[in-house]
Amino acid sequence: MPFEGIGASVRRKEDVRFLSGHGNYTDDINRPGQVHAFIKRADRPHARINGINTAAAAKAPGVLAVFTGADMAKEEIGGLPCGWQIHSKDGSPMAEPPHPVIAVGKVRHVGDPVAVVIAETRQAAKDAAELLEIDYTDLPAVSTLKQAVAPGAPLVHDDVPGNVCYDWHIGDKALVDAAFAKAAKVVKLDLTNNRLIPNAMEPRAAVGEWDTSSGDYTLYTTSQNPHVIRLLMGAFVLHIPENKLRVVAPDVGGGFGSKIYHYAEEAIVTWASAKVRRPIKWTAERNESFMSDAHGRDHVSTAEMALDADGNFLALRVSTLANMGAYLSTFAPCVPTYLYATLLAGVYQTPVIYAEVKAMFTNTVPVDAYRGAGRPEASYLLERLVDAIAHDTGMDRVALRRKNFIPADAFPYQTPVALQYDSGNYTATLDAALQAADFAGFESRRAAARSRGKLRGIGVSTYLEACGIAPSAVVGSLGARAGLYEVANIRMHPTGSVTVFTGTHSHGQGHETTLAQLVVDQLGVPLDQVEVVHGDTAKIPFGMGTYGSRSLAVGGTAMVKAMDKVIAKGKKIAAHLLEASVEDIEFKDGKFSVAGTDKQKTLTEISLAAYVPHNYPIEELEPGLDETAFYDPKNFTFPGGCHVCEVEIDMDTGVPSVVNFVAVDDVGRVVNPMIVEGQVQGGVAQGIGQALLENAVYDEAGQLISGSFMDYTMPRADNLPNITVGTEITLCTHNPLGVKGCGEVGAIGSPPAVMNAVIDALKEYGVRHIDMPATPQKLWSIIQAGAPRMAAE
Amino acid sequence: MPQVTLTVNGKQHTVEVEGRTLLVELLREKLGLTGTHVGCDTSQCGACVVDVDGLSAKSCTMLALQADGCKITTIEGLAAADGTLHPMQEMFREHHALQCGFCTPGMVMSAIDLVKSHPEGLTEKQIRDGLEGNLCRCTGYHNIVKAIAAAWPLMHGKTQAAAAE
Repeated sequence: MPFEGIGASVRRKEDVRFLSGHGNYTDDINRPGQVHAFIKRADRPHARINGINTAAAAKAPGVLAVFTGADMAKEEIGGLPCGWQIHSKDGSPMAEPPHPVIAVGKVRHVGDPVAVVIAETRQAAKDAAELLEIDYTDLPAVSTLKQAVAPGAPLVHDDVPGNVCYDWHIGDKALVDAAFAKAAKVVKLDLTNNRLIPNAMEPRAAVGEWDTSSGDYTLYTTSQNPHVIRLLMGAFVLHIPENKLRVVAPDVGGGFGSKIYHYAEEAIVTWASAKVRRPIKWTAERNESFMSDAHGRDHVSTAEMALDADGNFLALRVSTLANMGAYLSTFAPCVPTYLYATLLAGVYQTPVIYAEVKAMFTNTVPVDAYRGAGRPEASYLLERLVDAIAHDTGMDRVALRRKNFIPADAFPYQTPVALQYDSGNYTATLDAALQAADFAGFESRRAAARSRGKLRGIGVSTYLEACGIAPSAVVGSLGARAGLYEVANIRMHPTGSVTVFTGTHSHGQGHETTLAQLVVDQLGVPLDQVEVVHGDTAKIPFGMGTYGSRSLAVGGTAMVKAMDKVIAKGKKIAAHLLEASVEDIEFKDGKFSVAGTDKQKTLTEISLAAYVPHNYPIEELEPGLDETAFYDPKNFTFPGGCHVCEVEIDMDTGVPSVVNFVAVDDVGRVVNPMIVEGQVQGGVAQGIGQALLENAVYDEAGQLISGSFMDYTMPRADNLPNITVGTEITLCTHNPLGVKGCGEVGAIGSPPAVMNAVIDALKEYGVRHIDMPATPQKLWSIIQAGAPRMAAE
Repeated sequence: MPQVTLTVNGKQHTVEVEGRTLLVELLREKLGLTGTHVGCDTSQCGACVVDVDGLSAKSCTMLALQADGCKITTIEGLAAADGTLHPMQEMFREHHALQCGFCTPGMVMSAIDLVKSHPEGLTEKQIRDGLEGNLCRCTGYHNIVKAIAAAWPLMHGKTQAAAAE
């Protein structure tokens, strides 16, 4: 048998169907009698709805029904719920204004649903939507954080004063202030973390179906967590009990966080399918993705580090404004708090930290977790601040990092912002990355580039993140309204093949392969006899889905525990068949044997005996070999590492190019190196996108002006370099696989590495900081402004 | 409604369409060939690329009526009848050039045209430039570029070095 277990770069089981056009994405699903929904959306950021005349649309050819927010309100349909409650400094709960499925009374962002038209065809629904007459009174809007906090700013929600959702803090302010008071040096940096639009390549879609005979509802949807959607939509929005509601998330074409949340369209098609007694499909056009998928990032921060005379970090003080958008998306409140401020120690032994975060409502699309969620914002702030310290003090940026690293022998390490890191070796990842990037030889490359009219710079980031989300009791105490355990069911079949039912969800990560490799490793079953099933609440047990790089650390551990149960029961069956005591049975490589003898039974023989229990300890043991385990993690996992980026900026045009990128990450034990490398490369591409290309822009009036692929700069093949990936492993100490997670490290470590490189490239121009994205226009302006001064010198 | 007659993956179809029906809508909705995807509405992403009479085309940017009399190959038509993958499909699998799979059909169709139209050989830069019309959000393109380079000798039956001589 070829090596297919943990550590093998097995080619993916799911690829053949994707490569041959036989994937099964939500928009590929067509139900008998299916009709189509088109959502009429607000074309303005903030307005009172005086009335909606639906008469002409309702009479248009092919139209079955038109529904507005008022129609849903009549049936006491709930608003879209928020899954995390933050309390402000003063102990008061966050402002949590209603989020109607379809707008009622007011629209609050461009893209807010105003009405839905259901028709025989998509085109008929779209044509009819043109006939809706909506009488609006426009209201002044706020779209940026600066506008939202201005005194007298227009209010997004009439009953939320100052547009403040919450005003939260963490850490010991008094200790931090005291440390600043005696610091030899204080370095301060103001910085913006630019707003991003996730843009998974598959637009969101949903098909709702109500079964006229059973009264059961089925929702097919582009989701990263079907059970979460079933719970939220069933319990809070549509009041459908779980036994009458099935949610299927089939093949999903990328998520990056944006498909975690419960969205209005899911509730609309499910609810309306019973009204029109036909299955209803809705598929987003890309312009709808831009104005209705939750956006990411959008922070404005001030960071200050207190240092002693030797460059040791004494204290960190951070103040952040975070944009929530117009309504609270499912997990939005936890992103700038527990996924951000708790990461501000990073890889450094900063003794005291204080951070305050004010979350603001604006007339923009809701903001929620996007690849990395909070951790990229933290690593960007810290790693830019460290380079600013080097800039201001003249200290070497690498030496400064080394000096302040948490040493490899200091684990477990308690940070001043709640987290306790279990393992890591930041010097090892730094050394490996610097070597792979030939950091030492950089200056000659800088000089060579200059002779070609290019400004070349190199940037380093040493980052850390928290994933494997998360211990339920801990997150519960921090405001989560859900548990964050995971579950797996291992079903041994009579002839020895295995089906794994996992609560995690794969939308590109390759779980059908990676999770199967765990079975190969632990049970000795060949890969082609293992099937991984995910994404259907009618099949899988109640799991929480995939985000926060949790599938292997939490979901994989649940599998290990379920397989432990399979082996434990198998030993009892084997003991009976082999006429030995259970204590003497050993399990290895798919075989149960009696210790010290050649007596053995294969797992297949044991499975068969379990399902055909003729010779079986039936008095003591139930038939069957089918075990489920839930696993609630003991801690987060803490991947970290070092990214080194080299850029060249064309002096004539300002165009930056990433010419070399090295990522050396500690993701814990690697199950499939090929997949890990791909995950890191993909994350780095999104990080380079954030640093150089991507920006969600609203104009002063609140209109989204980067609302298509013509306006929003997605990274393309010719914008990106080859991305060299390495790993330096320390094992996670609190899960049996030793895994940490690799899905987000690329997007977390890379933006500061790129920006540090850009700023290094411009060092002769005296540049200390540039906000992302570093567009050619910004860089060209700096070069132009600097040129006369350079010439004069 | 007007009719369009076209050959898709070797099979002839005559279909009634509206004047405004796009080729991709005909493929997905009338013929049930859902391997061809729609990822945007501005002809930017390339998830819908198919082969029309030997050239790659964005099927979201072509009216169904324009395809009258054309021979179309979609992602479903690439593999042999026995399931043997086209070398480009095989190299995408070998080099892990796909993750979520959504951009993959268009990416593979574009890549095949790119390799076919460069019998003299393909540099990495040419591959990256040639993919400018196809967006992938998962892979960072690194492995897609590798896969296309690896497919070139398989499709041309010689190494790039031999082609250069």
